[in-house]
Amino acid sequence: MTFLLAVIVGVLYGAGTYLILRRSLVKVIFGLILLGHAANLMIFTVGRLTKGAPAFVPKGTEALVEPFADPLPQALILTAIVIGFGVQAFTIVLFKRTYQSLGTEDLDRMRSTDELPGEKQ
Amino acid sequence: MNRIVMLPILMPLCTAVAMIFFRRRILLHRMLNAAGMAAMLGVSLVLLSNVKAGGILSLQVGGWEAPFGITFVADMLSSIMVVASAFIGFTTALYSLGTIDEKREHYFYYPLLQILMMGINGAFLTGDIFNLYVWFEVMLISSFVLLVLGGRPQQLEGAIKYVTLNLLSSSVFLAAVGILYGTAGTLNMADLAQRIPLLEHRELLSVVAVLFMITFGVKAAMFPLFFWLPASYHTPPVAVSAIFAGLLTKVGVYAIMRFFTTIFVHEEAAFIHQVLLVLSAFTMAVGVLGAVAQYDMRKLLSFHIISQIGYMIFALALQSPLAIAGALFYMIHNIVAKTNLFYLSGIIRRLKGSWDLREIGGIYRFYPMLGLLFLVPALGLAGIPPLSGFWAKFLVIKAGLDSEHYLLVGVALCVSMLTLFSMIKIWNEAFWKDDPLGEGGVEDEAYLKMPGMRKAMIVLPIVILGTVTVVFGLWFDPFFGLADKAALELLDAGEYIDAVLGGKS
Repeated sequence: MTFLLAVIVGVLYGAGTYLILRRSLVKVIFGLILLGHAANLMIFTVGRLTKGAPAFVPKGTEALVEPFADPLPQALILTAIVIGFGVQAFTIVLFKRTYQSLGTEDLDRMRSTDELPGEKQ
Repeated sequence: MNRIVMLPILMPLCTAVAMIFFRRRILLHRMLNAAGMAAMLGVSLVLLSNVKAGGILSLQVGGWEAPFGITFVADMLSSIMVVASAFIGFTTALYSLGTIDEKREHYFYYPLLQILMMGINGAFLTGDIFNLYVWFEVMLISSFVLLVLGGRPQQLEGAIKYVTLNLLSSSVFLAAVGILYGTAGTLNMADLAQRIPLLEHRELLSVVAVLFMITFGVKAAMFPLFFWLPASYHTPPVAVSAIFAGLLTKVGVYAIMRFFTTIFVHEEAAFIHQVLLVLSAFTMAVGVLGAVAQYDMRKLLSFHIISQIGYMIFALALQSPLAIAGALFYMIHNIVAKTNLFYLSGIIRRLKGSWDLREIGGIYRFYPMLGLLFLVPALGLAGIPPLSGFWAKFLVIKAGLDSEHYLLVGVALCVSMLTLFSMIKIWNEAFWKDDPLGEGGVEDEAYLKMPGMRKAMIVLPIVILGTVTVVFGLWFDPFFGLADKAALELLDAGEYIDAVLGGKS
């Protein structure tokens, strides 16, 4: 299971990186979303996978007994998903507004902010 | 008593929420904003004096003991940074009163400013790495909105670059947090500092250290990760550019300082300091060369931010107490001087109607006092005694010589010359030469019609920050004492660990 997840994380990172290198804004946002998912899944995987052992204290005992699934990575991921959702929603709106106002979604044509002095639009 | 640690975070939050309730009352927004910032400045000064008198303060949120809960810690470094950020927040609140148009004010400009301050203060005060990630996101999302507020095409285009690169760095941050938790089993900074030297499986620690260096490098605009900065910082209104220029990159530098002097000091991460030294030289040189080539004032100043970040990284990578204190002093000096220069560029734009240095001139003839106000931060930035920049550079270069990094010291000195050159360029072009548009030049109609009260609000922050630059230079000792104490605390993590884990909350 860990191996499978590791492969998926790798594929997500690869696909995300490929997409953010594209010139089209739509692909860039998809790339960012995939990278976010890859990071979340990686936290889940490196936090050690424990199957079928939720972190509940069994009846009659005082403390957790090994093995139990560590709940913290899941809490981290949950927070990261919520934050990621908000930020990505903002990004999509920003990209849409940019497309409407500049009339292009080709990143290569958005260079007015990086112009050198003397090089007028 | 320790609850005061939370106040610099809670106060801006409460102010922002209060403002949102009175959406249509802009006058109230303005007053609340300025009052909120002033109160925050007061609280952070009290925090600093408490920390100075009583040592490190820590607060376990919700009563969950460290390392299980979220900890907030105010040590010397954090509280100095909080004071600096509240100070810049306060001056920006004043400057905004004079410059921000009503449309932006209606679209939650002031609440966003408060949320930005909350994110910055949170990042300075937290003692937990995942919590740091959360504060970074708070800071980022409010800075995104402030950057695009107004929606001019140029702003949107700059924001695309800013947003994409910063989100990328956030996802690297998240990955690093995950791996670090998988390796060390904790994310509390004090607990990490204690536990990392004893870990058995250390293979991934250097990977984690590099990932953290990359994320914070992006936030701090370090070479070669700075490209989002000159592409976006010149697009929003000056008040926004100024607060970004003063504070946002410094949060990155703060994080590098915290991580690579307290947490990652073990063998596996020692090479990071070497990497930082090399990158700092490139950051200094590339930043200043970029600045020299520019004619747009804001772009010129944006490139200078990068160059100055190089000095701070250089100093903190040296790792001696003097160097860390120097880096901190440099950071504070730079926050003040850089924000001030951005404010001034806003006034020049208002007087002459253009950002382009080639199209303006003759300001000194009509506004000699403005010339004086400009020279203070400009020469301060270049490092002319007795202004604050002289001491900042002196400390950094002394630390460099002590550790025999002669080549890097050479680079730092050359870059200093070029900094002076580009400051003199602004002086010559904007203030000294005759106006190319002829006698008197164009003065912005809008500025001339502006009521005196608003004009005063624009000039006041510049006077305040200029005074601080001079005071830092003339009464160097007490400020250096604070920086020195902060540096010693950083290099010897014992006191920090005790304050967080020793149960004296």
